Amino acid sequence: MNTMIHNTIHILLALMMPPLLLGIIAKTKALFAGRVGPPLLQPYYDLVKLVQKGSVFSSTTTWVFRAGPVVGLMTAALAVLLIPLANSSAPITFTGDLILLAYLLGLGRFFTATAALDTGSSFEGMGAAREVTFACLAEPALFLGLLVLAKLSGSLQLSTMLGSSLGPHWMTAGASLALVLLSWFIVLLVENSRIPFDDPNTHLELTMIHEVMVLDHGGPAFGMILYGAALKLFVFGAMIVRLAFPLATGYPWLDWPIFVGGMLVVAVVIGVVESTIARLRLTHVPVLLVGACLLSAFGIVLLVR
Amino acid sequence: MVQLLDPLLIVALALNFVALGVSRIRAVINAVALQGILLGIMPLFVHPEIGLRGILLVVVTIGLKGFVIPRFLTHAMREANIQHEVKPVVNFMSSLLLGAVGTGLAVVFSYTLPLADEHTDSLLVPASLSTVWTGFLMLTTRQKAIMQVLGYLLLENGIFLFGLLLLEAMPFLVEVGVLLDLFTGVFVMGIIIYHINREFASISTEHLTELKE
Amino acid sequence: MSEMLVLLGIVLAAISGLPGMLLNRHSTTGQWLTTALAVLGAALGLGGVGAFWTTGDSQPVVLPWSLPGGEFNVAVDGLSAIFLLPIFLISLLGNVYGLGYWKQTEHPQNGRKLRLFYGTLTAGMALLVIARNGILFLFGWEVMALSGFFLVTTEDDDKEVRETGWIYLVATHVATLCLFALLALLCAASGSFALVPLAPESLTPGTATAIFVLSLIAFGLKAGIMPLHVWLPSAHAIAPSHVSAIMSGVFIKMGIYGLVRITSLLPNPPLEWGGIVLALGVVSGVLGVAFAVGQHDLKRLLAYCSIENIGIIVMGLGLALIGRSLGRSDWIILGLSGSLLHVWNHTFFKALLFLSAGSVIHATRTREIDHLGGLAKGMPWTALCFLVGAVAICGLPPLNGFVSEFLIYLGLFGTLGDKEGPSFASAAFAAPALALIGALAVACFVKVHSAVFLGIARSEHAYHDHESSPSMIGPMGVLVVCCVLIGLAPLLIAPILGQGVSAWAPDLKDAGPRLTALAPLDWITFMGLVLIAALLFGGGVLWWRLRHSVVENSVTWGCGYAAPTPRMQYTSSSFAQMLVGLFSWALRPRTHKPKELPLFPQKTDFHSEVPDTVLDEAVLPAFHFGAWLFSWFRVLQRGSVQTYLLYIFIALIALLLWR
Repeated sequence: MNTMIHNTIHILLALMMPPLLLGIIAKTKALFAGRVGPPLLQPYYDLVKLVQKGSVFSSTTTWVFRAGPVVGLMTAALAVLLIPLANSSAPITFTGDLILLAYLLGLGRFFTATAALDTGSSFEGMGAAREVTFACLAEPALFLGLLVLAKLSGSLQLSTMLGSSLGPHWMTAGASLALVLLSWFIVLLVENSRIPFDDPNTHLELTMIHEVMVLDHGGPAFGMILYGAALKLFVFGAMIVRLAFPLATGYPWLDWPIFVGGMLVVAVVIGVVESTIARLRLTHVPVLLVGACLLSAFGIVLLVR
Repeated sequence: MVQLLDPLLIVALALNFVALGVSRIRAVINAVALQGILLGIMPLFVHPEIGLRGILLVVVTIGLKGFVIPRFLTHAMREANIQHEVKPVVNFMSSLLLGAVGTGLAVVFSYTLPLADEHTDSLLVPASLSTVWTGFLMLTTRQKAIMQVLGYLLLENGIFLFGLLLLEAMPFLVEVGVLLDLFTGVFVMGIIIYHINREFASISTEHLTELKE
Repeated sequence: MSEMLVLLGIVLAAISGLPGMLLNRHSTTGQWLTTALAVLGAALGLGGVGAFWTTGDSQPVVLPWSLPGGEFNVAVDGLSAIFLLPIFLISLLGNVYGLGYWKQTEHPQNGRKLRLFYGTLTAGMALLVIARNGILFLFGWEVMALSGFFLVTTEDDDKEVRETGWIYLVATHVATLCLFALLALLCAASGSFALVPLAPESLTPGTATAIFVLSLIAFGLKAGIMPLHVWLPSAHAIAPSHVSAIMSGVFIKMGIYGLVRITSLLPNPPLEWGGIVLALGVVSGVLGVAFAVGQHDLKRLLAYCSIENIGIIVMGLGLALIGRSLGRSDWIILGLSGSLLHVWNHTFFKALLFLSAGSVIHATRTREIDHLGGLAKGMPWTALCFLVGAVAICGLPPLNGFVSEFLIYLGLFGTLGDKEGPSFASAAFAAPALALIGALAVACFVKVHSAVFLGIARSEHAYHDHESSPSMIGPMGVLVVCCVLIGLAPLLIAPILGQGVSAWAPDLKDAGPRLTALAPLDWITFMGLVLIAALLFGGGVLWWRLRHSVVENSVTWGCGYAAPTPRMQYTSSSFAQMLVGLFSWALRPRTHKPKELPLFPQKTDFHSEVPDTVLDEAVLPAFHFGAWLFSWFRVLQRGSVQTYLLYIFIALIALLLWR
């Protein structure tokens, strides 16, 4: 019964919360800039509006263009079911689910990039090229962090690796976990196309990765893309929260609010980072990503030396 | 207490990589300054009892490494009209990877050294060797004279870290000596930079090769 | 029983090309006869393999053979059966494909030769896989190698084809030389040429190391492990596509088979061997796909991807060797079953990709990716098959590539160590390397699929798109079904993999059940079905929403350009530019930049390519140096009979003195 309630809360939170994170980030950036900014629930209003709109499809595109948003959304939705939230295990958990998580997100990336190139436009091509290139450097950083967690927890299930057992490990292997946390935060920024890798506000092809890949989408398909991107941010944010605050009070009615609070803190931190750092020059991005890989690598080297 | 050093040493190691990877000279100066401040705090963790003399020395170290010398360098940058871009001979990615390889080798090499028992598990020796290696990399792969000064500072930081091992045997003698070297070196280099600038109207060391005839 | 069926299949495959040779080169009867015989032979072979798996019995068939040291001793065991299935299946599918792709009426000069050697290739490969005697193994190997040469040089009126065939011949004969030395050492250690596991006392460490190094060189040359891959890209590019399919899918796996078989014979491998094999696998994987990303020739790109997948297979083998050295049976099971499953998976999706590429090339007459584009509208089935192959080769769920990489990942993560036994944490760094390989493969195949099938046609080559005949689509469809089946139901394959592992490590008799215990293959099935259901649900929701809203057609947003042209699309080289730049230390791309442009726009050109670094900068200069060195011996070649008589006289005196 307990697991049923936990799974229900998990699914409800995963369905309802992600657009709120986008709203908080936008609000934080607005406050930094001295503006009032859009309302916190603006992404929800945007989604409702997009679902009701009509669509325009380019005649160059094929069925792949329509499939791209669907695959992106569904893979992110399945990924959310694999991540443990609060102090409970995920609805779906088995040995090696961390690999399925990474490769589900890879499937979403494959189809998003392919759908972008389906339009035959050089803008989408530019975005797709950058997206797949940066993913090549971010995946090893993610896996190196997973190696650290696997070594510390002795298990290959995400619910155990990111679970409450991490608390005591922060005392003994705090250095490694801090390195992994920093490295995973950089991976979050790159996988969700945030500053310093991409500017979600501008719509110039020179600065965009994610925004330009979805340039030709509109209407309900674009709504699916927006919601899928929010879900992906939720997945990475949940991983950061579980890594940074592995608190286990033992009372579920305390654990879930703590988790939600942690997610809001992460959203505010992303907003702060976006407001204080400038976008990196494109040629410097690989240097930062290799730096993130090196941070994780030193995390694992410290553990196994 | 030596265990509490580890997080600080991790940050110092990370600052090595920041110094190798960023492209603005001001950022490199800030990284080296921050590393200097961290190093200044470290004797508090290594030495079991802190006297007034110890605290005074910590404050002086932090002041010099963290504030005075960086101010001096930025002043030199403004006076000599140095452009803010680091001009590497080897590109940033390669410097970063070389630094990583050096740090890895430092970790492996520190295993083979006959250290005292309380120092074997600590990150002191790997961090010091890695910082020395990073300083050496900066000295050899950066063209501007001010980057050479920063490389020299990193080198001194590394040697300082190594000196922390000998803290109980020779209390504070090591730091004072190192600080003196440091200050002299920076002072001398500052004068040289001004003179190079005045005589040759440029701060880049590649023009020094004209002297080889 | 299974051996008899397999032997019958081999014989039929070997003679399948003869009827065609005897008939007129312009008749199609020969083509049909040959294909029928080859399909029958392959079906018999598949039947034999199936009989082995269902009954599990294997009796060696020993026939008298008068070669000294040789013995016609064949048997099918778990390992052989795993390699026999790809051989016969791809041979069957390739022959059916060839009906439409290489019609005798279109290629009268070389069609019969192609079909003859296709059959002998199948026969040679199947023979060497079931051989239990070293000389028989060598016999099958040579038949395979020579058939491969004739198949690669099918279109031998083209100079490029002849040069590539030459490189291939040199490489394969270096491999054969090493194989001779290897078998001689084995015979010296065990006393006979039989391929049975050696007793630990019969091998000195020096001999064991020599055998290991020789097998790495010989089988590495065949399999295409970096840096011994130099013959592979060009050979796969210039061969006919169904030949490339069987070469990439099966031929290079014979190198893997040799490596697996020889390592099973050597007892107590030292830890360094496994480490070296794992490192070679990582290097092949990463650099293979990095080279692939930089290519703009469709089949060269697929060839480099084969090198990448061989790297992954070798990684699994390395993990199994490490497990053997440290006594960790779970690493052996996970590593070797992942490796063997990836052998199958790569066969299926690489053959699928090559056959689809052949379909494209057959229609458009060009291999250049930057001349294609928008073919999905005219060739929808080919595009779908290529997309399935691309998703599978990137190792993405729910297809088969994910399962084998999953097994290897589990094994690599396990090397971090736990309470059960020794650990070898350096091997764990191969897991992020595998992630890098997977991400680079995604980049490569998004590039290929999109540049060839999506967007707008870039040149008039791409206007000739027409869908291929059913004889070409059928084999592709069979391979698609195989990919989906293994991806969704890997539990069916687990016992087969277990038998393969038991054949490699005889002390692991229960490898099959242990595999299902170590790796949650049932969860993979469940998640694969959930994913497909979710995708169908999402697609249904979108379709329903689109039906009930206004949908218009328009052109792609051009950002205000007055007259966008198809040439403004991202090409394959522009897509890969950043990655090629990141890997330029290994790839060494060559660009031909435009000259200094004058004030007013004029016609100019830009050309970039990624040649093979090892071939162009190491192997060819080394051979040129060798040729220069040996040219000093020309002084001995006077051309006069008297000098040669003098040489004979000197040799006779030398022999007399030595005696």
